[in-house]
Amino acid sequence: MNNAVLSQRMQTQLRRRHAAEKRFRWYGAAALCFALAFLFVLLATIIFNGAGVFIHKRMLFEVAVSEHHGDRYGAMIKDSWKAQFPEVTNRRQRRELYGLISRDAEFLLREHLAGVSVPDNGIVVLSVPFSGDAGEFLETDPEKRDAFSERLSPEQRGWLERIEASGQVETVFNKDFFLNADSREPEIAGILGALIGSMLTMCVTFLFSFPIGVMAAIYLEEFAAKGRLFRFIEVNINNLAAVPSIVFGLLGLAVFIGLFGVPRSTPLVGGLVLGLMTLPTMIIATRAALQAVPSSLRYAALALGATPTQALLHQGLPAAMPGIFTGAIIGMAQALGETAPLLMIGMVAFVADIPDGFTSASTALPVQVFLWADSPERGFVEKTSAAILVLLAFLAVMNSAAIYLRRKFEIKW
Amino acid sequence: MDMQASISLRHSGTNFRRVLEGILKAFFFLSALVCVFTTFGIFFSIIFEALRFFQQVPPTEFFFGLEWSPQTAIRTDQVGQSGSFGLIPVLAGTLLITLIAITIAAPTGLLIAIYLSEYATPRTRNLTKPLIEMLAGIPTVVYGFFAALTLAPVVRDAGRYFGLDVASESALAAGLVMGVMIIPFVSSLCDDVIHAVPQSLREGSYGLGATQSETITRTLLPAALPGIASSLLLALSRAIGETMIVVMAAGLAANLTLNPFDAVTTVTVQIVSLLVGDHEFDSTKTLSAFALALTLFVITLILNVVALRIVQTYRQKYE
Repeated sequence: MNNAVLSQRMQTQLRRRHAAEKRFRWYGAAALCFALAFLFVLLATIIFNGAGVFIHKRMLFEVAVSEHHGDRYGAMIKDSWKAQFPEVTNRRQRRELYGLISRDAEFLLREHLAGVSVPDNGIVVLSVPFSGDAGEFLETDPEKRDAFSERLSPEQRGWLERIEASGQVETVFNKDFFLNADSREPEIAGILGALIGSMLTMCVTFLFSFPIGVMAAIYLEEFAAKGRLFRFIEVNINNLAAVPSIVFGLLGLAVFIGLFGVPRSTPLVGGLVLGLMTLPTMIIATRAALQAVPSSLRYAALALGATPTQALLHQGLPAAMPGIFTGAIIGMAQALGETAPLLMIGMVAFVADIPDGFTSASTALPVQVFLWADSPERGFVEKTSAAILVLLAFLAVMNSAAIYLRRKFEIKW
Repeated sequence: MDMQASISLRHSGTNFRRVLEGILKAFFFLSALVCVFTTFGIFFSIIFEALRFFQQVPPTEFFFGLEWSPQTAIRTDQVGQSGSFGLIPVLAGTLLITLIAITIAAPTGLLIAIYLSEYATPRTRNLTKPLIEMLAGIPTVVYGFFAALTLAPVVRDAGRYFGLDVASESALAAGLVMGVMIIPFVSSLCDDVIHAVPQSLREGSYGLGATQSETITRTLLPAALPGIASSLLLALSRAIGETMIVVMAAGLAANLTLNPFDAVTTVTVQIVSLLVGDHEFDSTKTLSAFALALTLFVITLILNVVALRIVQTYRQKYE
């Protein structure tokens, strides 16, 4: 075999190997792109579905408050609404007409009248939400409104377009979504109840897991004899970190509710369960932060006559605090997004009131997402997406805070 | 103040301090024990209720039964009125969805880890790594919503296009989304183990004329194999215990099938459906949820212990 043939064979082989190299690199890039594309599609879908909720249509509506209705606010609303459409005569039409405005209107009127005195002509201007279908219809581009032919009758669509042309429809920021609790009617259902429930739950979670987590980490890092007990606890913590979250929910159900009689469905029991779940994260983060503090710092304190506890509390712990808080925030963000254990302890009930304490029945933000996702009414699809956006916003703020803390305060030794 | 009094005062001060420090240390120790108590609490509360279940349904029937229909019949003379509690179809459903998830996550996660640690420029790395980590930070209820509302219809339509009969709550949709959810676990754990491989191995391989991909597939990956295996086990355990995605996107009926286009149910879905809502606490139905939880706990525990053990032996090898 002469050299030319040999070198040609080597060249082909080399080309093949370089092609394989390029292919391999391309696989890696493709995998990365797949994950990023998924993230992008996921976020885009949710933003696209949910963004509409934050701005909605309401109707500026003149209500005639008359003596003979007394406190029948529903009747006042219906009469004033009907008065705008003289052609409506039979019962079917009337029912269709009333179906266009939210059932919440009479309660809004009652609240409104409680605050102001009725002017002499007996007319108050009220801003009321439309019902789910009607609101969506008005938010849709006029050319694409044919899609509503099954949900709204031709007459209803005509009425809505007339109202729109008369300038009574206003487009405003949907503050109801942030100020209302849950409701069976999608157009007035809000997230305030779930938000407050989540915050109360997070308070309990933090108060439970932060002190215990930090103290446990201190024990393991500073005081424990590295013997059998130490290894047992360490293995325990690592395993606990990987126990499925739903199992913590069962623990809460059997022990906190069943054994200790903590009231069901409350932020208290939810917070305790999530606290137990977050504990391993807290401990692991605190230990890492304590390990990062150089021992020279502590030796110096000891040499000046401090006891080991003093050296820790006055030197080691303060130096480790940024790291500990970073870990704590990340742990709390995980707990905030957790749903499954809360289902087990009954935080999935429909709660129409805003919770007013640690022991009042409530739900949490991710559970609200789950509940709305399960609701058959159409309007809840966009509500679910909007609630997800609020949840993601909270998580983003928490994680950015953690990153900021780490960058700003962590001391490089 | 005379000398004597000052010294005794200082003494009482140190005594007080000593007592205080003793109390503090006791608190530190007790806090560390909370984790141990939690593990025991989980274990005993589950096993206690599970044993009550096994008094009513024999373990052989539970672990080897081929039919799962815990709902009690409405009429008393109906066949199978006490419900049937066979674990196999539920477990098969769990494994099917987990298998789909790991089929997606294992190659993708590993390739991402390789690409980011070996090929990507620092700029790409700094840009994309937080984005991949974002996938891990998204709550699972969001994934579930996406799977049920967006992906499941797409999968069904795609199946119809190819002439396949796809259930609306197909195992495929749930498994796909779960796979994406665990990608960051696989990729970040693999990233760590690839970084831990000594640089000398890499340089040795380059010195012999290997290309970068040959070095990765023939030197780095075999060296990192134990770490990769343990990261896959951890991802597997996470997928088996995952609840919200399957609750929202998988079915309730326990079908014993391997067809990814069918609807299957999982252990976690059954636990949720048995325990959410108002039930009498000691009916066979509710107790069966604890038997399922026991199964889940034991499976994930074994996976975790094995994974941690692998990591430990691997670490010893290079130290």
